Amino acid sequence: MKGELIVAAIILVFVAQFLYISSSTDAEFGGADGQAEGVIEELTGGAYEPIADPIWEPPSGEIESLLFALQAAIGALIIGYFFGYYRGKNQST
Amino acid sequence: MHIMEGFLPGPWWQFWFVVSIPVILYGIYKLNKLITEKREILPLLAVAGAYIFVLSSLKLPSVTGSCSHPTGTGMAAILFGPAISAVLGVIVLLYQALFLAHGGFTTLGANVFSMGIAGPVVAYIIFKVGMRLNLNFYITVFLATALADWATYVITSLELALAFPAQTGGVLVSFKAFAAIFALTQIPLAIMEGAITALIFKYVIQVKSDVLVKLEVINEKTIHKIKELWV
Repeated sequence: MKGELIVAAIILVFVAQFLYISSSTDAEFGGADGQAEGVIEELTGGAYEPIADPIWEPPSGEIESLLFALQAAIGALIIGYFFGYYRGKNQST
Repeated sequence: MHIMEGFLPGPWWQFWFVVSIPVILYGIYKLNKLITEKREILPLLAVAGAYIFVLSSLKLPSVTGSCSHPTGTGMAAILFGPAISAVLGVIVLLYQALFLAHGGFTTLGANVFSMGIAGPVVAYIIFKVGMRLNLNFYITVFLATALADWATYVITSLELALAFPAQTGGVLVSFKAFAAIFALTQIPLAIMEGAITALIFKYVIQVKSDVLVKLEVINEKTIHKIKELWV
């Protein structure tokens, strides 16, 4: 249990800092890569044109979150399946 | 965050492909060898890949008021070494470049280098050194994976700084500007990734410690020690 408690404590601190920052400042919590784009603009004086565009972009925020959720779900499914498989196998032998 | 499509001008995007491709090819060679010689590691390989899938899909808020995501490649690096982690990283980066317009194809070489190679190399070295020094296993895993996560973003900052040197002050000034975003945002996320990965390793040891011995991640003696201490 010791391990779980330590990780739970770290997660709690993480959640607390988020609640504090989000209620005490008007931070937008945008992506760090968007901010990096801003820095590139500053460094090049706005002269930089991307050399390529994404071949396909999710048409809306909903579709984007769908695909991100799908990515997480596929991963979580595989992890859960194999941990369950090993656990069951250990118990039956 | 990965470098976005089109945001690395030549010759830099080609340069990072040249650096990354040999590592990926070597990783594919090692992967094939591992799969034919030790078939029983396949499930763990799937878990390591899936772990990268999950972690790199979670955009988390940070103290800086911006969001970024962890990488998950440190776990694969500890289990299978950096070259195989690079191959797993490619799969995830392709998914995100293709379906999410997150990262990109021209920047794939650079993103594979930061997330699939540089981060895992950091994890691998820290883990091996920690084990040799007889540090606590879980603390070593924490340090290795947290610093791998963080290193990924330091390297991303460097890649961008090299491509966009400041007019006055050059690469160093731009590096500071990019690192102020990426490296700073990443600190709490890296700590989270390290802690959660350490916990995952606890479960792997509980259910399948013999595979870890077979992969030479950890020896029998250490496993006994850990199991006695952490029940």
